[in-house]
Amino acid sequence: MANMAQAIRMALHRGESELGVTEIFGEDVGAPLGGVFTATQGLERAWNSPLDERGIIGAALGLAWAGGRPVAEIQFVDYIFNVVDMLKLCANGYWSSGGKYKTPLVVMTPTGSGIHGSMYHSHSFDSVAAKLHGMKVVCPSTPNDAYGLMIAAIKSDDPVLFLKPKALLRTKGEELLPGEPDEKTLHDMIDAPLGDRTKWKPRWPKLGEYEVEIGKARISHPGTDATVVTHGRMAPICLDVARRFAAEGRGSVEVLDLRSLIPYDWEAITASVRKTGRVIFVNEETEIANFGEHLIRRVVDELFYQLKVRPRLLAGKATPGVALSPALENFIQPQTPDVERALSELLAEPA
Amino acid sequence: MASKIAPPPPSDPYKKLGAPQLLRIHELMVRARLLEERLIKMSKGGDGFFWIGGPGEEAFNVPLGLHVKKGHGVNFDFLHLHYRSSAIVLSLGAKPIDALRQMRSVGADPYSKGRNFVNHYAIPEFNVVPVSPTIETQYATSIGTAIAQARAKTDAITIVNGGDAGTAEGDFHSCLVWANRPVLPLPLLIVVVNNGYGISTKEETQHGEKNISDWAKVFPDMPGKTVDGNDVASSWAALDEAFAYIRKNRKPYLLEARCSRLYGHSSSSGANRIPEPDGIELLEKNMTSRGLAKADELKKVWEREAAELDAAHQQVKKEPFPAVESVWEDVFADGLPPSYPTKGGS
Repeated sequence: MANMAQAIRMALHRGESELGVTEIFGEDVGAPLGGVFTATQGLERAWNSPLDERGIIGAALGLAWAGGRPVAEIQFVDYIFNVVDMLKLCANGYWSSGGKYKTPLVVMTPTGSGIHGSMYHSHSFDSVAAKLHGMKVVCPSTPNDAYGLMIAAIKSDDPVLFLKPKALLRTKGEELLPGEPDEKTLHDMIDAPLGDRTKWKPRWPKLGEYEVEIGKARISHPGTDATVVTHGRMAPICLDVARRFAAEGRGSVEVLDLRSLIPYDWEAITASVRKTGRVIFVNEETEIANFGEHLIRRVVDELFYQLKVRPRLLAGKATPGVALSPALENFIQPQTPDVERALSELLAEPA
Repeated sequence: MASKIAPPPPSDPYKKLGAPQLLRIHELMVRARLLEERLIKMSKGGDGFFWIGGPGEEAFNVPLGLHVKKGHGVNFDFLHLHYRSSAIVLSLGAKPIDALRQMRSVGADPYSKGRNFVNHYAIPEFNVVPVSPTIETQYATSIGTAIAQARAKTDAITIVNGGDAGTAEGDFHSCLVWANRPVLPLPLLIVVVNNGYGISTKEETQHGEKNISDWAKVFPDMPGKTVDGNDVASSWAALDEAFAYIRKNRKPYLLEARCSRLYGHSSSSGANRIPEPDGIELLEKNMTSRGLAKADELKKVWEREAAELDAAHQQVKKEPFPAVESVWEDVFADGLPPSYPTKGGS
């Protein structure tokens, strides 16, 4: 079973070999490292840029205007804040030019907490990303979704911000991609050896068609009593809790993995909330001006009379940063027991 | 029989350029000046809003525009301009009426559909990428088109144009570093038009560099030069050299042009005429004193261009403003999703 980094790597290989991606670049993206999470290892078109986020996004935008389909990386989303206005140019160029210039580019960046990253390797970016209007924003939680969304992002004529949950990049999925070899074979084929890599070349498996449409959520666990709307790192946690609740007879929880933040799958949220009447939005960004707050407002506006109880948000605490000490990080960021408690309360509140 | 020997080329740079070329340059400079003055009047007269533009830069910008290999795609020059570049786009063939449309923000504004300030062009047929009100970001985006051209088998180059004050921004230095990467030098003409001011702040109070082009000194393969951008012949010669160097060597060139800012920063600072050297007056003197043009002939250019602008202005006044529903066009390339929030609240 591929992990998420391998899945992204395979999608990028398909991009460079079949979908017109000619430039995959960023800090340490090319040989010898192939990305700090190995997501670009062995790619023919991957190259190292100067340590300069503004140059990276500027280059991507120029490449897109020149007719390319570049994939650029910001090494950690924590380093993206000095380039927000460049991302705005990516997002608004099509609109500001009156539809004259499309911007087919992908910016990928590891996001969120869970790797003991402390102040500047734990940020989330969802709410800022969601305000880059004109930019599509995706955030997978499984290797297969990461593969399928990357294919869709590369094909898109819009700029796509591809948020890679840091804590999930090494996690494996539950299903194989079409044509994916077994785990050991895949490792032997596409993972660079330790030590000297100068003569190493990957052998890419021939995968079948697999694409995840941007803007479509996935029900990772069907249920009838309550809805959890989540994405990224919190999605597998919510899935585990929902499975446990089902196994223990504590309630039937539907988990909706958004996968795309912009555009988000309002139809899927609507259908689930209409069914359950109870909804909680779970993500790891801080709670003030949280992306989930927008969804709660819309639920109140459009689904108020379908609600049995008040809608809820479980999010990160609004501290100036995520602290290093595990006790502090686990307090600041939602953890499994927090999801469990929040879901118990959501299910228990009298209608 | 003695062979005929061609006479040596004239050493006088104006004679070298010759009357036909100078008349072409003059006409474009006048067109640009009158356009900017009309835009200022529109801004002051309630026929539009904010004005920002490039009167005073024509003597450099017209020769720059005439050096461009214009067209669409990587085999033609790309231009990453800013809001003082009207004389460049007019030299490429842009029509003055389109700037009037953008000033009045009518629906027919071809650069932004009534969404952006005047002099914010987007002209795919000439590789003019969208101009942004943000300062200096064009120096970062120029990296990308130049990479595409460095990869391609072409003599086409990328030109980036901005002002002196913005060179304090990191994007300018990003551009210098990326243009000079040893693994892939970029065919990039890095232009800085130095008018001596950032809005109201004098350059010499903030910049210790003697010349902005001195930044080139740290990069062995990047020439740097400062030129009198109010003088057509000096500008032409400097651009000739820079374009030729980049097209042939596929390496960057940093060119600083010292130009006047004849109407101040923008409408926010009054947009009144300022007594600085005027490149058009200078050109006319250089042409008439050499017998390359007659004063009457040049005067007729002003009259003809003004009349065309009058007609264009009258036409734009009749054109409708954009429909409010048009704000939902061009948000996404594949259209707006049906459930995208469009109410602006509850």
